[in-house]
Amino acid sequence: MANKTIRLEILRYDPEKGSAPRFQNYEAPYHEEWVVLDAINYIKDQMDGTLAYRWSCRMGVCGSCGMMINGTPKLSCAAFLRDYYPNPIRVEPLANFPILRDLVIQLDDFMKKLVSIQPWIIRKEGEKPVKEGEYLQTPAQHARYKDFSMCINCMLCYAACPVYGLEPHFVGPAAIALAQRYNLDSRDEGRDIRQEVVSSHDGIWQCTFVGECSVVCPKHVDPAGAIQQAKLASTMDWYKSLLWPWGGK
Amino acid sequence: MKPYVRPISAGWWLKRSSYLLFLLRELSSVFVAGYVVLFLLMIRQLAQGPAEYEAFMAALRSPLAILFHIVALAFALLHTITWFNLTPKAMAVWRGEERLPAAMMIVPNYVGWVVVSGVIAWFVLRG
Amino acid sequence: MAKSNEPIWWSLFSAGGVVAAFLVPIHIVLTGIAGPLGWLPAGALDYGKMADLVAHPVVRLYCFVLISLPLFHWAHRFRFTLVDLGVRGVDLLLAVVCYGAAIAGTLVAAGILWTF
Repeated sequence: MANKTIRLEILRYDPEKGSAPRFQNYEAPYHEEWVVLDAINYIKDQMDGTLAYRWSCRMGVCGSCGMMINGTPKLSCAAFLRDYYPNPIRVEPLANFPILRDLVIQLDDFMKKLVSIQPWIIRKEGEKPVKEGEYLQTPAQHARYKDFSMCINCMLCYAACPVYGLEPHFVGPAAIALAQRYNLDSRDEGRDIRQEVVSSHDGIWQCTFVGECSVVCPKHVDPAGAIQQAKLASTMDWYKSLLWPWGGK
Repeated sequence: MKPYVRPISAGWWLKRSSYLLFLLRELSSVFVAGYVVLFLLMIRQLAQGPAEYEAFMAALRSPLAILFHIVALAFALLHTITWFNLTPKAMAVWRGEERLPAAMMIVPNYVGWVVVSGVIAWFVLRG
Repeated sequence: MAKSNEPIWWSLFSAGGVVAAFLVPIHIVLTGIAGPLGWLPAGALDYGKMADLVAHPVVRLYCFVLISLPLFHWAHRFRFTLVDLGVRGVDLLLAVVCYGAAIAGTLVAAGILWTF
């Protein structure tokens, strides 16, 4: 009785050789309950120890294992072999990022952009002393930004965004969604400061609302929604500062 | 030891149906603009006098003109539908811990559209 | 806080999008399809009737909005679409050409409607 197998066509790239990436085929075992990550781990352990890739939690919360699976950005721990079997599965590194080796991408650009929007609570007058107690927040206030806080920085949205692919300066979906997460947090006072980046030409205004970022997001963050809301809010601010230049925030 | 940058193909928008729909949606603005320019032309000919206006209206009866308008209508409807369906994304309306469902903002747009279209048609057609 | 002047173009784009969404389809049907194909009652688009209608200042204002705002909607959208289609490195030129065309169209429309 032959065990079932499934073919994985994996893009390989060796930076030491410098020649163009090329596909390599592997016949991995097929199991009903396996995900692509299981197959890749099997390949690494049993067939080809040179294969390089990132992974960690294997349950969709760490954001490490993002890859292009048949041309769609997915977490490899969330892509079930049974959804593709018996057809071969094409596995490539996340689009729109430089390849370091095999399936490992250089994510410095995203990290830089994430830091630029200052993803932490900003208090204008500094933190209040510990003895004054916690910052209180109602469930309703929490609900305002909760979805945007679910981002696991997996960068599938950057891989799906054609604008980011064409215009690498674009701040991008996840970074802007996270900026919104803090802007909408009732404990935060840093919206004006983040506007420098968010409302710049490379920020929200570069986005043409393709919407694919929200489609591929594994945590239903809806970065496209975050960006459109930011456009509306920034526009209202712009008109306010035009018509009432003397007004405070 | 250099990272490999993959080039973006010029036909990136053909790779996914959602990208193609996006591009068609964006191109709908060309036909919308084309129509309002023709509309302006019609007004101008109206201002010039009955002969000029009649000539323009006759030109609108040519098969090419009608074909253009049919295509323009298809694109205009694509714009209307995608516009109504997407506008709620820009507006987060909250009631306590619940966000107003998108349908509650989308449906009134469609209803309003039908009403407004009816009003315009009545206005133009009344004797 | 005017980090960028994009908000003005985006708000014109949005207003134009609303006008286009609500008003353009029925107008295309009336003047571009039903009228030429003879589906409308006789005399519906007659010169005399149309001239009287457009003479009314409110109608002319309506026509101005119907023409101008969708032009700005097109300008903003088309400018970004060209970038999406690979037209690189000429951002300022594109903006000038697209918004310029919309402004020109708006001025022409204003001129025609004002002197109707």
